[in-house]
Amino acid sequence: MELGLDRLTVTVQGRDLVRELSLDVPSGGIVGLVGPNGSGKSTALRCVYRALRPSGGTVRLDGTDLSTLGLRTGARSVAALTQESTTDLDFTVEEIVALGRTPHQKGDRALGPRERDLCRNAMERMDVAHLADRGVLSLSGGERQRVLMARCLVQEPRVLVLDEPTNHLDVRHQIGLLSLIREAGVTVLLVLHDLNLAAAACDRIGVLHEGSLVTVGTPGEILEPGLVREVFGVEATVVPHPHTGDPQLLYSLAPSKGPT
Amino acid sequence: MSRITAPSEGAQDTRAPAHGPHPAAPDTAPARHGAWVGRIAVLVLVPLLLLSVVLAIGLGTATVHPADTLRHLWAAVAGGTIGADEATEHQIVWNLRTPRVLLAGTVGAGLGAVGTAIQAMVRNPLADPFVLGVSSGASVGAVMVGVLGAFSVLGVYAVSAGAFLGALGATLLVYAASAGRGGVTPLRLVLTGVALSFAFQAVMGVVVYFAPSGEATSTVLFWSMGGFGAATWGSLPLVVIVVLTGVLVLRALSRPLDVLTMGDETAASLGVDTARLRRGLFFLTAAMTGAMVAVSGAIGFVGLVVPHVVRILVGAAHQRVLLVAPLAGAVFMVWVDLASRAVVAPRELPLGFITALVGVPVFVLLLHRRGYLFGGR
Repeated sequence: MELGLDRLTVTVQGRDLVRELSLDVPSGGIVGLVGPNGSGKSTALRCVYRALRPSGGTVRLDGTDLSTLGLRTGARSVAALTQESTTDLDFTVEEIVALGRTPHQKGDRALGPRERDLCRNAMERMDVAHLADRGVLSLSGGERQRVLMARCLVQEPRVLVLDEPTNHLDVRHQIGLLSLIREAGVTVLLVLHDLNLAAAACDRIGVLHEGSLVTVGTPGEILEPGLVREVFGVEATVVPHPHTGDPQLLYSLAPSKGPT
Repeated sequence: MSRITAPSEGAQDTRAPAHGPHPAAPDTAPARHGAWVGRIAVLVLVPLLLLSVVLAIGLGTATVHPADTLRHLWAAVAGGTIGADEATEHQIVWNLRTPRVLLAGTVGAGLGAVGTAIQAMVRNPLADPFVLGVSSGASVGAVMVGVLGAFSVLGVYAVSAGAFLGALGATLLVYAASAGRGGVTPLRLVLTGVALSFAFQAVMGVVVYFAPSGEATSTVLFWSMGGFGAATWGSLPLVVIVVLTGVLVLRALSRPLDVLTMGDETAASLGVDTARLRRGLFFLTAAMTGAMVAVSGAIGFVGLVVPHVVRILVGAAHQRVLLVAPLAGAVFMVWVDLASRAVVAPRELPLGFITALVGVPVFVLLLHRRGYLFGGR
């Protein structure tokens, strides 16, 4: 399913959080949004998973304006991993994962056998099956993040919207998660802070700065020292990954002045 | 166009098994067996409720044997005959105690359900059915009727009518004061409710202070402490219908209620319209609370504590909590009411005294025994 942002604008109290953002994610493609804190990445994602109504512009799914679809209908195609990771009540992991079926289910009918399989598989894929009976509030941040990701999978989305999905995850689960979305073949729009992971995981990367899209392109086109300095304000050296050839950034803590 | 589906065998093992099979997780929290406990709780509570009702109808100042109680009930429902010598007893059982016990059960069930829903709606463990100002509004209405003599055409129902209108007025006022762009937010709702409760209580205080008779004072006392002494067959059907319908509707909303406690962002991503859901819940719970307060006053504690106790026992899922909490609330309330009228008969103890005496220790013990968490705390 193709996802398109068309001149998306979000204005809150006179301030443009996102300004005329246009971006296409082809069916099955993975597009990352990067940018400094407060550059509007999460705000843009929130419009896609309907937590926020854009002030201008549209979000399109296969050409259909998302705002013409009901919230529930939209949620059958779009699943989101948000930054919000706590719940008030101590549901079990299994119960949280099962809530991924909410947009597909009528009323309060119990899950069928196929849906229970779906939940079990998702928990296994996210490596949380052994936590099924645990209360979610007693989990670590990384475990909780994987539980929420399992819930997204259970939603059977055609578009995945992920806001810093690798948050709290140890390196093994970071790699596991990003490999999973690469294999899944769904359309993915995600925000990542780690530019190296973004380079490895994304087909294309869009760079946001103060609400506007600065540029968009393949990781090789985007990750170059000049742009990193301009947008993020840090000095970086770009080297190709010895095996994959993906561009990788190396940082040094102090602005380098060369050997003295 | 592709869609994430259940992986087939072998689709899984792309990650290196970094640390092999999971070591026995260093569990601090026990695994939950909520579903089982829930099923057992229902199997226990339903017969217990029926038994409690029959016993409570028989017990009191004049004690009636349970078999006789059943005979009287049967006679009244199916039209059997009761000897002339038993007419007084029949009168007590059927016209005084039965509506009272049924009212106690109904209100207990309603408070348990409404408390559960409101805690989820405003995302606050301290919330109870009265946190949104409905009860203090009702008290103002009732006191106004008592003092000013409004609705006198309604006879004995005048005070109830006043209470209901007061509850309605308070509901609309709280809603109007807390609604903003995007509906009512949990925080605004709960703070507005608490603030307006203070305002209503102030109004009530002024009325009582300037009222010529002591009657206003006792009306206020009744409404703020609550009690089932005013129960009649006439006032019962409305509250039973409102509460039962409300509980059924809330149960049908159990999955959206679950989602609501995960926050509005997540709810939107799962296709739940939180603004609409909160609005619906607000008016539904207000109607239920208003109907209950109008006939029994504001009975505290139950609506706050029963939901927590039930969650400690059966877990958080609303589908279970909204089944067990009404049953538990009903049983508890029937016994509390019995204690209130039997312990120092013929005088009556305030319900609040009994609920606190029994409920607080149980609640505190349960809180300590299990790692109960609400909002991550």
